[in-house]
Amino acid sequence: MPKQIILAAHFPGVNNTTVWSDPRAGSQIAFDSFEYLARTAERGKFDFFFLAEGLRLREQRGLIHDLDVVGRPDTITVLAALAAVTTHLGLAGTLNATYHEPYELARQLATLDHLSGGRAAWNVVTSPGAFFGENFRRGGFLDHADRYVRAGEFIETARTLWDTDGGEFAVTNSQFDIRGRFGVPRSPQGHPVILQAGDSDGGRELAARHADAIFSRHHQLDDARRFYRDVKDRLAGYGRAEDSLKIIPGVSYVLGDSDADAQEKAHHIRRQQVSPQTAILLLEQLWNTDLSGYDPEGPLPEIDPVLDESDTIIKGRAGMYPDRLATANEWRARAEAKNLSIRDLIIEVTGRQNFIGTASRVAEQLDEYVQTGACDGFILVPHLTPAGLDDFVDQVVPLLQERGVFRTAYSGTTLRGNLGLA
Amino acid sequence: MTLHLAIALDGDSFAAADWTTPVRQADEARLDFVTFQDSFGGRRPDAVQVAARVAPLTRHVGLVPVATTTHTEPFHLSTALATLDHVSRGRAGWQVRVSADPAEAALLGRRAPLEFDDLFAEAGDVIEVVRRLWDSWEDDAIIKDVATGRFIDRDKLHYIDFAGAHFSVKGPSIVPRPPQGQPVVAALAHDERVWSRLDVDVYFVTPDDAGQAATIVRRLPGKKVFADLAVSGRTTAETADLIAAWSATGLAGFRLHPGGDHGVRAITGELVPELRRRGLFTPSPRRRLRERLGLPPAVNRYQEVARA
Ligand SMILES: Cc1cc2nc3c(=O)[nH]c(=O)nc-3n(C[C@H](O)[C@H](O)[C@H](O)COP(=O)(O)O)c2cc1C
Repeated sequence: MPKQIILAAHFPGVNNTTVWSDPRAGSQIAFDSFEYLARTAERGKFDFFFLAEGLRLREQRGLIHDLDVVGRPDTITVLAALAAVTTHLGLAGTLNATYHEPYELARQLATLDHLSGGRAAWNVVTSPGAFFGENFRRGGFLDHADRYVRAGEFIETARTLWDTDGGEFAVTNSQFDIRGRFGVPRSPQGHPVILQAGDSDGGRELAARHADAIFSRHHQLDDARRFYRDVKDRLAGYGRAEDSLKIIPGVSYVLGDSDADAQEKAHHIRRQQVSPQTAILLLEQLWNTDLSGYDPEGPLPEIDPVLDESDTIIKGRAGMYPDRLATANEWRARAEAKNLSIRDLIIEVTGRQNFIGTASRVAEQLDEYVQTGACDGFILVPHLTPAGLDDFVDQVVPLLQERGVFRTAYSGTTLRGNLGLA
Repeated sequence: MTLHLAIALDGDSFAAADWTTPVRQADEARLDFVTFQDSFGGRRPDAVQVAARVAPLTRHVGLVPVATTTHTEPFHLSTALATLDHVSRGRAGWQVRVSADPAEAALLGRRAPLEFDDLFAEAGDVIEVVRRLWDSWEDDAIIKDVATGRFIDRDKLHYIDFAGAHFSVKGPSIVPRPPQGQPVVAALAHDERVWSRLDVDVYFVTPDDAGQAATIVRRLPGKKVFADLAVSGRTTAETADLIAAWSATGLAGFRLHPGGDHGVRAITGELVPELRRRGLFTPSPRRRLRERLGLPPAVNRYQEVARA
């Protein structure tokens, strides 16, 4: 039997992938939208539904960012509600290890696992520091260098609590000193599924040691294969088998009646995603300075980016550009060579859809990725709320099923079981 | 006069069906709300999640989980309860709980328990922060203005800039304003010392007789006061007689403690019809909990400031 593909549905998030300006775009906060996407994913026999989290609204140039979707529900509360309207679908929530505490979060995740019949998953993220901290009791208490120390000890502690079957525990490590009665009997999965989304060496090491799956941003075929090998090769050091850690990149797609039709649609969506205002804003994220005086339909700035990483103009988002100057030079050369405006260039260089074509071409490409060691599945990020995955479920899922690489019915009774994890 | 009726659920089951069944019964009987007991260290599921789990399966009944202010993050409390209000379409409430127990403090490991005064001062601050965060988005902050490319009008989002003795919180919330604006906040008021300290809408009290009930109500002006009443050990007629006898005290209503699942069926199947026959209970046609309880519309404090 060929390797089976893991599929997950990402609720459209607070960045410019999500097109709110389209007439078909629905509410980002009404429960109906969450229910619709979750039911669509379950109709498509997806493994899980996925929610991101950000513990403070994004800011750019000291102002609340207003061009993308802003606002979302509390992760675990909305997942608990979704458990009522789905039966098999895994419910994965992003929760920050820096601004939660193990007793409380382990109890919430175990409760969710009980109330959903074994479908809870936690995407462990660390945080961009003191900016989030201003919303919390301890402020920015944790050094950036210690973010994975805390995350690792957090996961170990949570698992210790889950293993008590509701009984007594005592944990003392560098981050936590806690004891008492856990109070939640063993949940259906025992251990809710752990995902990890950090990309640094520390993040990869944490995943190799503790995670069941990685939500990765590596989606170009070669890059994805390199990442896949890199993290899978780390597993042996922890005595783990290669298939005990699933690599699942977040990807977007566009379907068309022909490949040309899909390309045209993709271009239209890219223009929706990059409004003139958004083009300037995305350019500022690389240049790290105010570019509001530039014309989005004009040429790129001649000034160089500001390299001071201690005070980036964007707050509430992980760093994206390791070498600002090199990237800026690359962009300028490309714009000049192809005579591109700021907006044209940004449309080209940021967040292009990953899979574009007819349903059969997309199905073939997804399958190629999984069969050739680039990943174990995909977290699909639709650009429309809430109906953005309808076409995928209606057109691509049946083709994957025909190829024998995707389930036609749920076989496991828990998310762990469906993912093929022990 | 017609009274409000609530049920206190204090089950310890982790099976969803053990919660959906009684809450649906309360919903079908058109009771005003149910409360969900919780504490740290107790053998019980997390109450906010239980409330969220039953929300999509019910349409009328208010959902009021207990959540503790001590040791928890006010920011998470606010966003979780706002989300409960979104998923229940305006039926969320919160019964505030404080924790003085050293064993509970050890579960969180962050600090020793506070003394009474500090404990309630901190709870007061937590309620203040939770409420400010609920108001930190104006109702019409989401504008989706294609011409200017803006999803929100950022002038309608507000930093709450709270700084107190125990913590500070910047804001705004990450969750748009809940449908009720301000979900209903409730607290136990068995101990008189808490009365003046917390900004709550609903108090639960345990008077010994009608006279004492009337006194408490007089001393808590502007609050909805509910008497806690155990129904187990009483016949339906006895309970109805007692409710009738206390109905003219000014109490907003009763929170009934069923003592097991059978008790919920007895309440919804026997007591409620009896109270309706006697004209003591008339189900509210309203869907939002504030409106069911006759609380005034929640005016947004920041909108007021902006208009002034
Ligand atoms: C695909 C992907 C998704 C992420 N989603 C979130 C998120 O929803 N919330 C969040 O706070 N951080 C998110 N992050 C940030 C990471 O979890 C992590 O905190 C950050 O990348 C810093 O860790 P690193 O230095 O190991 O990369 C995401 C990262 C990646 C790669």
